[in-house]
Amino acid sequence: MTPAEIRDEILDILSEIAPDEDLSGLDDAKSFREQMELDSMDFLDIVMELRKRHRVQIPEDEYGNLASMASTVAYLEPKMRDIVAA
Amino acid sequence: MQPNDRTSQLPDSQRVVMTAVGLTSPNGNDLASYRDALLQGKSGVRNYNIRYVGDTFAGVCEFEATKYQSKRDIRRGTRAGTVGIWAASEAVARSGLDWANVDKSRVGIYIGVTEHGNVETENEIYNIKGFDYDTTYWSHHHNPRTVANNPAGEIALNMGITGPHYTIGAACAAGNAGIIQGVQMLRLGECDLAIAGGVSESIHTFGIFASFKSQGALASHADPTKASRPFDVDRNGIVVSEGACIFLLERLSDAKARSANIIAEIVSYAINTDATDFVLPNPERQAQCVKMALDRGGLDPNQIDIVSTHATGTNSGDAQEVQALRAVFGECTKVNFNNTKSFIGHTMGAAGALELAGNLPSFQDGVCHATINVDNLDETCAIPGLVLNQPKELGRVDYILNNSFGMLGINSVLIVRRF
Repeated sequence: MTPAEIRDEILDILSEIAPDEDLSGLDDAKSFREQMELDSMDFLDIVMELRKRHRVQIPEDEYGNLASMASTVAYLEPKMRDIVAA
Repeated sequence: MQPNDRTSQLPDSQRVVMTAVGLTSPNGNDLASYRDALLQGKSGVRNYNIRYVGDTFAGVCEFEATKYQSKRDIRRGTRAGTVGIWAASEAVARSGLDWANVDKSRVGIYIGVTEHGNVETENEIYNIKGFDYDTTYWSHHHNPRTVANNPAGEIALNMGITGPHYTIGAACAAGNAGIIQGVQMLRLGECDLAIAGGVSESIHTFGIFASFKSQGALASHADPTKASRPFDVDRNGIVVSEGACIFLLERLSDAKARSANIIAEIVSYAINTDATDFVLPNPERQAQCVKMALDRGGLDPNQIDIVSTHATGTNSGDAQEVQALRAVFGECTKVNFNNTKSFIGHTMGAAGALELAGNLPSFQDGVCHATINVDNLDETCAIPGLVLNQPKELGRVDYILNNSFGMLGINSVLIVRRF
């Protein structure tokens, strides 16, 4: 997956977890929490979805990398670069 | 007519009245449309398919859940929570209360459930099956969704209620049991407003269908609208349904002080136990429960205008309830018997509350809705006063008695009076 494809995948997961949010204006540099109503259970949903969809394992002490879209894509790129986008 | 039951002699601070009702049923999402469906003979049972069991029937509720919940909260919570939030919010919206200024710490939530947690547990097992039963794929939402207080807790979260909240597990007597709990807490002064009734999400668990089928108690018929047929010779089991019905209960003194619209007064109740079988009812204990409710209220069987029966459409259960009713009402000429499950199937934890609600408009319109789908009355279920297939004009209705019984031999009876 390219960084752009990873970003699309995260957007798809967010749209499922936070179906009331308008994600069209998401600022990749800002934290998700600044822009959306997300709590710790929602972040666990992101982790779970990545595991379910792509078998990507994210250790608990690395959850902090999922703070913003930019940091999430940067963190996931080495883990997902060999995955072929569906 | 002046009421002459025992409850009417109590001080207003010990009398409890219903001041609003919210509901979702397979054939209506508010009391007016639900009542209309009952008077029109409109069934809410349809074809339904569920994992592993396949094609069957169910009573399904369709309402605009996003009126009171965000899509995120609907996703995060349970169906029992969603139907409960709908019914509780509808009740409050119709109560005339200035809800924003109600002291939420003085509101109690008492919700009857037949079962809770099966839906989510089945879903998670199905989910991890796709991952070779690796439990690291088990959802972190499972515990908050399956704790037994979940439906009541979701209502509290959604409505900002900080008083006591819990569910009452009482099998299919739960709807009545939730209301009874609300009455008791109001009388004890534990709350000033009680949000009380019952909910059911049971159509979303294949286990309940499969278990009834294994028991030989799951209804089948060529026409889904004819499948739920209590008292008919061709009845062959239960139609499982979802639903919710929640009343706003208040002490009469409080209701009068705010000039609330009073739907009915709860004048008596009783709960007892068969202690004889896991599944099979005990007509003797059922009759004792009905008699206890009458006696506690200082009422004679001849004073009851309508008995809302529990009958579910099973071969033995219907006949045994009628046996119990004959023992109590055998000499009465005035009483009428009807059954709501013939329209909507068995709404499980919501059944007691929904079946009572559908009868309450009788205080205004003087009509007893029917029991439908009785093409050939089973003689073992025959009792004078059974209102078959067409509504019956009664004129004035003063007292309604509501039966609701459940597995493990729990029996509940609630009696309400026009106000």
